[in-house]
Amino acid sequence: MNPQPRAPQALPEVGEEEIRPLIDRNLHLEGPLLPMLHDIQAAFGHIPETAVPMLAAALNLGRAEVHGVISFYHDFRKAPAGRHVLKICRAEACQSMGGEAMAERLLAQLGLDWHGTSADGRVTVEPVYCLGLCACAPAAMLDETLMGRASEARLMAAVEGAE
Amino acid sequence: MMKIYLSMDSAAKALGSEEVAAALSAALEARGETAEVIRVGSRGMVWLEPLLEIDRGQGREAWGPVAPEDVAGILAGEVESLGPTEEIPFFARQTRLTFARCGVIDPLSLPDYEAHGGLAGLRRAATMTGEAIIDEMKTSGLRGRGGAGFPTGIKWDTVRMAHADQKYIVCNADEGDSGTFADRMIMEGDPFCLIEGMAIAGLCTGATKGYVYTRSEYPDAVAVMREAIIRARAAGVLGDDVLGSGRAFDMEVRVGAGAYVCGEETSLLNSLEGKRGVVRAKPPLPALEGFLGKPTVVNNVISLATVPVIFEKGAQHFADFGLGRSRGTIPVQIAGNVKHGGLFETAFGMSLGDLVEEIGGGTASGRPVKAVQIGGPLGAYFGREKFDTPFGYEEFDGQGGLIGHAGVVVFDDSADMLGMARFAMEFCAVESCGKCTPCRIGAVRGVETLDRIKQGDGAAVELLTDLCETMKDGSLCALGGFTPYPVMSALEAFPEEFGMAKEAAE
Repeated sequence: MNPQPRAPQALPEVGEEEIRPLIDRNLHLEGPLLPMLHDIQAAFGHIPETAVPMLAAALNLGRAEVHGVISFYHDFRKAPAGRHVLKICRAEACQSMGGEAMAERLLAQLGLDWHGTSADGRVTVEPVYCLGLCACAPAAMLDETLMGRASEARLMAAVEGAE
Repeated sequence: MMKIYLSMDSAAKALGSEEVAAALSAALEARGETAEVIRVGSRGMVWLEPLLEIDRGQGREAWGPVAPEDVAGILAGEVESLGPTEEIPFFARQTRLTFARCGVIDPLSLPDYEAHGGLAGLRRAATMTGEAIIDEMKTSGLRGRGGAGFPTGIKWDTVRMAHADQKYIVCNADEGDSGTFADRMIMEGDPFCLIEGMAIAGLCTGATKGYVYTRSEYPDAVAVMREAIIRARAAGVLGDDVLGSGRAFDMEVRVGAGAYVCGEETSLLNSLEGKRGVVRAKPPLPALEGFLGKPTVVNNVISLATVPVIFEKGAQHFADFGLGRSRGTIPVQIAGNVKHGGLFETAFGMSLGDLVEEIGGGTASGRPVKAVQIGGPLGAYFGREKFDTPFGYEEFDGQGGLIGHAGVVVFDDSADMLGMARFAMEFCAVESCGKCTPCRIGAVRGVETLDRIKQGDGAAVELLTDLCETMKDGSLCALGGFTPYPVMSALEAFPEEFGMAKEAAE
């Protein structure tokens, strides 16, 4: 569901043997599917198509059910993002401090739309609805680094400073 | 030895506390000085973050906001302080019960936690029967802090009375409402407090397993909670024999995947089970058929984190604070375009206007306050004419609003209220789980209708009003059901921005 302006690329091949341990180590949990999906995405940057039938078999679910879960949650990707993900908060507290205009200026500088990835594959920009930094808005997060009282200059510098 | 306290709360980190920490160790080394540097949670005065506190044996004195280049001067005594931390008016005016330790202690030190009153509540509860615990909870008057305000003791009692081979305590830490960060702050700043509250709930109801379901947007809170659970288990606070009581309770942290609707309790339970986070119809109540179909307490973080102090100081102590049927204290989160933003824990009853103007100091931009949204994206916008409303569940309800999770987002006079109403509908459309039609379709039609109004189609206002009625009455959960609050409150308070004369809306 995330439109990618970048030209479609062949998805990286991920073998079953790489996915298997990430499923197995969560099998003992109650409600193991989300922990499995988080582990798989952390390892490969997305949920490879190969994983879907494996998850379905491990959990006695239909493939459609597994697909339904993956597609429900904003976090899970069918294809890898850029090397870094910049999440900019679009929620009300950040809007009250001019966050929306800041995000638009930054997107214009990067030549991207929401969910877009830069041509060099460096960064994907995504909206997020609240980072819990509402008393120091506007807020953003580059990978897992949080930024409060953000400006487009600061965000741009952070993006340019990331390899 | 000199003690130096520096916050490691996410908000402090987002404002540069790690750079300050690095500058601090460099400056100490350059001066040849030794000091004990203690990383703490946040005191809640976010506009002063990164906040640095130094205790030279006379109590804690504060500096903030501190930039890395300020540190050497502070250590040399060349920079004037803000005075004793707890005498800063924003802090001094609070009643800190739930957040008593937050920002004060090392969040991951169990000895510090105990030295500041921690575990006293659990020790006391461990000697009580489930029934006596329920009585204490009912006396406290504690109501759900997630927004619905349901009496916590009654919910626990339903689970306690249910017969099942397994029961669960699920902590709803899916704090997705804009303007709220109390859950994040307590998980990062005093995680043992939440663990203790959940353990008390477990002992009371006979639940032996707990889950904290939190957000992927909160990586620091996840890490701190997970480490605190490991330490609590090692110390026998969790496990097969909770503090020698002979009863078991253990817990783990689960991380959501970016779906706002999972803050709704039944949707959360589905997500925890590994399903799509769609809402379940009620009944059955989660208290009877919750996680994996078993009796389950689902409580908000702040509800559970308030339980220890109720058992430590006694239910009556807690109930003596408050207003009407809203007992105890509430951590109000003052956010958005505000001069002094942060977390302000106070007894129920303070007026909204005092919170915004006196405590919050008005807008950050210096322009007049136009409106505040209370209770997150599903909460109403109140204009200044409602600033007399005292903070309380019934009082806000009486004004056509809700306190929700007690987030207050301030807007100055540049706010575009039609735009904010449109955003509320757009957000509902993005985050709808899709199960019920009024929410799934209604939110999309709402965006379109607001666009028509913006283009000058006055007749569409009636359509919007009708649509909001349908969403309110026909939706399965609060997402579709409460989205009309921000939309209609904006329309009623600022009709001229919707192309209507002021009288016509009234």
